[in-house]
Amino acid sequence: MNPQAQVACRQADGSTMLAQLRRDLLLTVRARSEAANPLVFFVLGVLLLSLGVARGDSGGGAIWVLALFANILAADGMFQRDADDGTLEQLLIHRRALFTPIFGKLAAHWLLVGLPIAVLGPFAASVLQGSFANVETLLASLLLGTPTLACIGAIGAALTVGTGRSGLLLAILVMPLYVPVLIFGVGASAVAASGAASFPLLMLAALLVAAITAAPFAIGKALAISQEY
Amino acid sequence: MALGDWIKQAFHKSGSPKWFFMASRRWMVGLYAVGIVLILTGSIWGLGFVPAERYQGDSFRILFIHVPAAFLAQTLYVAIAAAGLVFLVWRMKMADMLIEAVAPLGMAITAAALATGILWGMPTWGAGWVWDARTVSTLVLLLLFFGLLALRQAIARPERAAQAVALLAVVGVVNIPVIKYSVEWFATLHQPASLEIGETPTIAAVYLWPLGVNTLGYYCLAAGAAIAALRAKIIERESATEWVRTWLHGVSQR
Repeated sequence: MNPQAQVACRQADGSTMLAQLRRDLLLTVRARSEAANPLVFFVLGVLLLSLGVARGDSGGGAIWVLALFANILAADGMFQRDADDGTLEQLLIHRRALFTPIFGKLAAHWLLVGLPIAVLGPFAASVLQGSFANVETLLASLLLGTPTLACIGAIGAALTVGTGRSGLLLAILVMPLYVPVLIFGVGASAVAASGAASFPLLMLAALLVAAITAAPFAIGKALAISQEY
Repeated sequence: MALGDWIKQAFHKSGSPKWFFMASRRWMVGLYAVGIVLILTGSIWGLGFVPAERYQGDSFRILFIHVPAAFLAQTLYVAIAAAGLVFLVWRMKMADMLIEAVAPLGMAITAAALATGILWGMPTWGAGWVWDARTVSTLVLLLLFFGLLALRQAIARPERAAQAVALLAVVGVVNIPVIKYSVEWFATLHQPASLEIGETPTIAAVYLWPLGVNTLGYYCLAAGAAIAALRAKIIERESATEWVRTWLHGVSQR
């Protein structure tokens, strides 16, 4: 490929990603209630836990588990609408450009689910713990961990896209893969109480890099399998 | 060069269900026999003749079952993931059959590792089930095996199911390092590994030998069982072919 063609391709990749991102955000804005479900679930979960479980220093763990469930809830049906109306098939026709729209989809998903949860995290911690201790660590761990959750959830969603309504199956497939993120996320808030939490945070960052690099390929492959391309 | 050719040939041959089925009967019987002898030797030695441990008394003896089962559970998952990669790259149907045949076996062994861990935990930790990183990640391994079975059930078309399961198997391999390092990354109740490849074991030699014999026995027995399951799967999947019909006819004549 000559340099000009490479530049053109890169621009095309960038614009497909942005187009996908804009499309997903727009679709969500027009179907607000559906998009709000995971967040409402998260907030309700935090409130119920603060009532039902004695307040204590387990706030970080509870927030992480709820973030995980909210992500599974949000991932279910992530590709279903696109599969139903044929958009997915159109995407798969352009095999070369599959990476970038998937990336755009992941970005949209994170902006709509992961980011709000990360922002709500410190408030949830104040509800659960009754104090604002270690807010920075919790916020940092959620910001680093939620994109990884989105990537993993998308792999599960892509694998189950043709199987009808299969929320439980998705949970079974995705839960084991979430465990490393959960361990380091909870580890970060646990260690933060005693001082430096750099090791869990670094591991979360490493997981994030690995997930962003590898997950789009796995998602693309899973989508191709589901649509038999 | 000759070795490379031999490996290549073996790889191609093992891709043929017929060749594998015809050749594997002897391997299966051999592995079963060696496995049973080794497990009997190791277990009688470990349960009957090795002195009791200073702090744990006789309860430590479950080590000779727990540790091989835990090793084997992880090895079986890695084997499934490797088969998944082979299936995704080369579309060898034998690899898919291997995944389907070994997944229930892996689930059973993982359950055995968890069950023996609970039994061991009751006298020594004072609690059967502890939410400890290694216990939980082994439970997660059980869920991964279950996920492989559930996903195959959920997808109606066999070819699609096979590919999706293979992909899930490959993706799920991230959990193996988590199990492996969970005892080092987190201050857990579970003791750190006493056996590392290339390092001096931190376990007394009197215990090491029966443990080694038992571990080897478990691997042989599991390999035999995996081959048996794979043979059954071959007969099931290839039942429409001529050679299976001839073979089945021959068996029913006997």
